[in-house]
Amino acid sequence: MIEADRLTKSYGDTLAVETLTFTVRPGQVTGFLGPNGAGKSTTLRMILGLNTPTGGSVTVDGVPFADRPRGLRHVGALLDAQDVHGGRSAAAHLSALARSNRIPLHRVDDVLAEVGLAKAARRRIGGFSLGMKQRLGIAGALLGDPPVLLFDEPLNGLDPEGVLWVRGLFRRLASEGRTVFVSSHMMGEMEHTADHLIVIGQGRLIADQSLEDFSARSTGTGVTVQTPELDALATVLTAEGASVRHESGTVGRVAGLSAARIGELAHLHRIMLHELATQTSSLETAFMELTADSVEYLAGDPR
Amino acid sequence: MSTMTSTAVTPPARMTDPAVRFVDLLAAEWIKMRSLRSTYWVLVVSALVAIAVNLNAVHTDLTYIDQSARPGMPPYRYDPLFHGLNSIAVYLMMLAAASVGAISIFGEYATGMVRTTFAAVPDRRAVVAAKVVVVTAVTLVMGVIISTASFFGTNAMLASRHVGLSINDPGCLRAVTAYALIVPVSALIGIAFAAVIRHATATIVGLVSLLFIAPLMFGGDRYKLLKEIGHYLPIAAVDRLKENPDNPYFDPGKYPATITGSWIALGCWALVSVVVAIVVVRRRDV
Repeated sequence: MIEADRLTKSYGDTLAVETLTFTVRPGQVTGFLGPNGAGKSTTLRMILGLNTPTGGSVTVDGVPFADRPRGLRHVGALLDAQDVHGGRSAAAHLSALARSNRIPLHRVDDVLAEVGLAKAARRRIGGFSLGMKQRLGIAGALLGDPPVLLFDEPLNGLDPEGVLWVRGLFRRLASEGRTVFVSSHMMGEMEHTADHLIVIGQGRLIADQSLEDFSARSTGTGVTVQTPELDALATVLTAEGASVRHESGTVGRVAGLSAARIGELAHLHRIMLHELATQTSSLETAFMELTADSVEYLAGDPR
Repeated sequence: MSTMTSTAVTPPARMTDPAVRFVDLLAAEWIKMRSLRSTYWVLVVSALVAIAVNLNAVHTDLTYIDQSARPGMPPYRYDPLFHGLNSIAVYLMMLAAASVGAISIFGEYATGMVRTTFAAVPDRRAVVAAKVVVVTAVTLVMGVIISTASFFGTNAMLASRHVGLSINDPGCLRAVTAYALIVPVSALIGIAFAAVIRHATATIVGLVSLLFIAPLMFGGDRYKLLKEIGHYLPIAAVDRLKENPDNPYFDPGKYPATITGSWIALGCWALVSVVVAIVVVRRRDV
């Protein structure tokens, strides 16, 4: 459980994070979304006590993280995969971390195996690809078997297999009852990972809701159909309670009916369809709309 | 808080939280230092070179000692401390130790490792204290090895010319001790500079300026205040402490430094460096 209460951070005149209040709950994956520069990394650093808030507070399981003498058993974090010393081997890097927190050294081999780096354990980190460094960072986060895990842009540099693996890992960690907080600037990454979303823009909270509620906010939700008989189809669908927007002579955007139902209706009325596609970018659209609003709002706000 | 939990799953069985021990941080810092080849090589190579410089200096002098012993030559009193605990060697090991101390800190900041370190151990003061202990211990061992190897090695060579000194001779133990201690003191100064500056190049420039350029600016006998400030610089302090009390050519100058003052100077450099490092690292964002 992570609780931020009116969390604020300013650098001189610049407000990086402004009165941010949110709760990240255990047992689910919470996505932390915002465009570049929205204040995600600053927020994560304040959660970890690396940066001191200029206002408000944030606690992990009820305690400010900086007050804990050792951290790895409480929070596992991957902030930036590059936050390692390239001159050390993966095993030496993790051994130093484990030793500092009195974690048995066999955990090093365990987590290296878990992230698929067992064979690279003795290699210098400097020679690792970004994807391998991400895996090493995840290994470091898992070392202490912590109840709370933070990941800042963990999918950067991972290959498709790695992305699938990370998503599975996050789901598993959450299903074990842990708090999993994952930041991203790509909505699409969260779509298949998160249960809950916290969206910020320009350091302010824009949304804090479940994935379903969030995607329902989008005006772009729906199904795209392409048919030479668009008018006929539109009549049928409207009668079923859907709304149809004509995007061109043959392409329409349907809201309020599933693609399967539209297909059935078209078949029933012998209307030929050339294309029938669920609008999969609805989350992306919702995200873009929301953050665009925040940018516009703040651009007119002199400071 | 548990009422907020949205799912029925139980929290994972946690590893038991063992008592917090400083020795774990020492072990971690030791692993970090040992696993970087650069640090290892700087220490080993500079120690070997420093010893070689001292041995070579005295070995070369053997010829002159032999010549001055011939009839008709002016009498010459050879100072085994001045030549055997050479200034060039001390500069070299001071630079090496200061660099090792500095690298242990700015190596973390420059790479971003510092965030990983402090996320694992939020007690920053303990982290810096552990670094201080490990770096001090390693550089102290280095200093003792260089100092004793140089003293006993050179005086063994000089024994054949009957000018060698024993560790029990006046000023010798003090000289060997100071010559060894300047190494960890330099390392601690390196740690403090790196903690304040946090940037590799600027840190090294700052260290070179303090250790090697400042003594040149505070060296003259013209202004008493400047000279007395100069006495408390690390090199001046160690120079005074390794001075042979029996050296007939020794000129303390118009405003001589004291032995006690020089010991205090070394102690203060070490202590102030540790305090500065712990305070600035604790207070800043990383």
